[in-house]
Amino acid sequence: MLSIEEVMHIEKLARLKLSDKEREQYRKQLSDVLDYAARLNEIDTTNVPPMYHVLPVTNVFREDSPKQNFSQEDALKNAPLKENGFFVIPPILGGEE
Amino acid sequence: MDLADLTAHSLIELIKKRDVSHLEVVNSFLERIERCESRIKAYLSLRDREDIISSIREDNPYSALLIAIKDNILVKGLRATCASKILSNFIAPYNATVIEKLNQRGFNIAGKTNLDEFAMGSSTENSSFGPTKNPWDLERVPGGSSGGSAASVAMGESVWALGSDTGGSIRQPASFCGVVGLKPTYGTVSRYGLVAFASSLDQIGPITKDVTDNALLYSIISGYDPHDSTSLKLEPYRFTELQQDIRGVKIGVIRELMGEGVDNAVKNCINEAINTFESLGAIVDEVSLPHIDYSVPTYYILAPAEASSNLARFDGVRYGFRAFGQTAEEMMSNTRGEGFGPEVKRRIMLGTYVLSAGYYEAFYLKALKFRNLIASDFNSAFKEFDVLISPTSPVLPFKLGEKTENPLEMYLSDICTIPINLAGIPAISIPCGFVNNLPVGLQIIGPTFSESMLFRVAYGFEQATPFHKNRPNVGGR
Repeated sequence: MLSIEEVMHIEKLARLKLSDKEREQYRKQLSDVLDYAARLNEIDTTNVPPMYHVLPVTNVFREDSPKQNFSQEDALKNAPLKENGFFVIPPILGGEE
Repeated sequence: MDLADLTAHSLIELIKKRDVSHLEVVNSFLERIERCESRIKAYLSLRDREDIISSIREDNPYSALLIAIKDNILVKGLRATCASKILSNFIAPYNATVIEKLNQRGFNIAGKTNLDEFAMGSSTENSSFGPTKNPWDLERVPGGSSGGSAASVAMGESVWALGSDTGGSIRQPASFCGVVGLKPTYGTVSRYGLVAFASSLDQIGPITKDVTDNALLYSIISGYDPHDSTSLKLEPYRFTELQQDIRGVKIGVIRELMGEGVDNAVKNCINEAINTFESLGAIVDEVSLPHIDYSVPTYYILAPAEASSNLARFDGVRYGFRAFGQTAEEMMSNTRGEGFGPEVKRRIMLGTYVLSAGYYEAFYLKALKFRNLIASDFNSAFKEFDVLISPTSPVLPFKLGEKTENPLEMYLSDICTIPINLAGIPAISIPCGFVNNLPVGLQIIGPTFSESMLFRVAYGFEQATPFHKNRPNVGGR
């Protein structure tokens, strides 16, 4: 079973603020799924290569030539907060730390 | 029968013969929407009636055949919410490639359909805007995640629809709603403009009333796209009149997907289907895929891992919902905590965990190795068989709320569809029976690029059986 500290560590890695109730709930549910996933240890896979992609895909290259996709206005249309053609966010430094 | 109950190919014929007008066809679907939508809730947003009618082009039958689009596919100028609070006000700034292709043919979009949030789920109950109901029984789920698309086609609220399939999200709702759904070979349909869930597994595909419509729509949306780096440089599938003859086709029944955990009523329908195939001259035998039982744990490591990375972009900076925070990081954490629903958070947590230092090898890398074993099982089976079959879902459409308390139980219901995405191969679900007026789906699976063979086998079965003609009760107002 995952500890609450482990849940809070994942929460921080994922930038995902949870409530106390959610932490307790996910602690149990994630543990259930991970226990189930442990079934994969039933078979020795030492010599099996991992499959990152099912089809023989290769790197795709193209000419590095600029094209207009969106206007600045369109790119900013869905922004929660904007000013003078920029996205606006709270300060990156500061706060309680 | 109402025009809204007809298939696309029969409507095209009627229009070409001038037996019906474009406007009559469009109106019959709009009337059906008006009559049924408040009960079914297939759509998250509908285009204005005037816009739909003014999109009609008298020289183009497609412009009368309303199509429904899953709300994780971008249509320029329309909302694309992914059924999530975090995107509730997001207006798509560009068209997905599949939408460009539909536009080139003059298709007429009815609206955007409901789904499990970010396509994560098997019942459409994970939608932040409320569940869709199964047209065959309003107390039951339509399946998911493309539940809105499948329900709209089944109910006659659209002629056809697009869905997306990461672990069964086209096929399982098609099965639950008694319609036809195809998960194409990975890389044959562009994913550009599909909001990414698990990029190595996601594919867009058609949901239709019968196999002919499915082949027709697949021929329109498939093909190489330079905007998608995993798109394959192949000629698009060409639609030709389907042939009914399946004599001599070798069909393997996957033993592991007909065992315990499969509802007896479902098993009976599949056994009936086997009899039908044999009577049509196909050669049917059992086949074992020894690693297929490991598909669910493999998938529920890989898909959340990819999702946790893909969904990192929803941070309240460039688009979507934003919550308050003193610092940028606090704003992002709060935005994601408030903006995502429970299942999405669960999968982000799971994915972050299996990718984190100390667990990457034990979980993620291990799962990639099992993906190889499962894909190899299919490759071996296709040395002996042209196609494989199984139920699409081990269970009948379940009741709303029945599985929401136990996520693992919900995950296990994906056992028949998940292995196909892991192997990157195509599979189609077609109706193969009814139990207590609830549809049962048959899954036909082929090797990569075998869509023509899948359509042939599916069509042969369809033409020999009555199930594709059944329509749910439209009911009163």
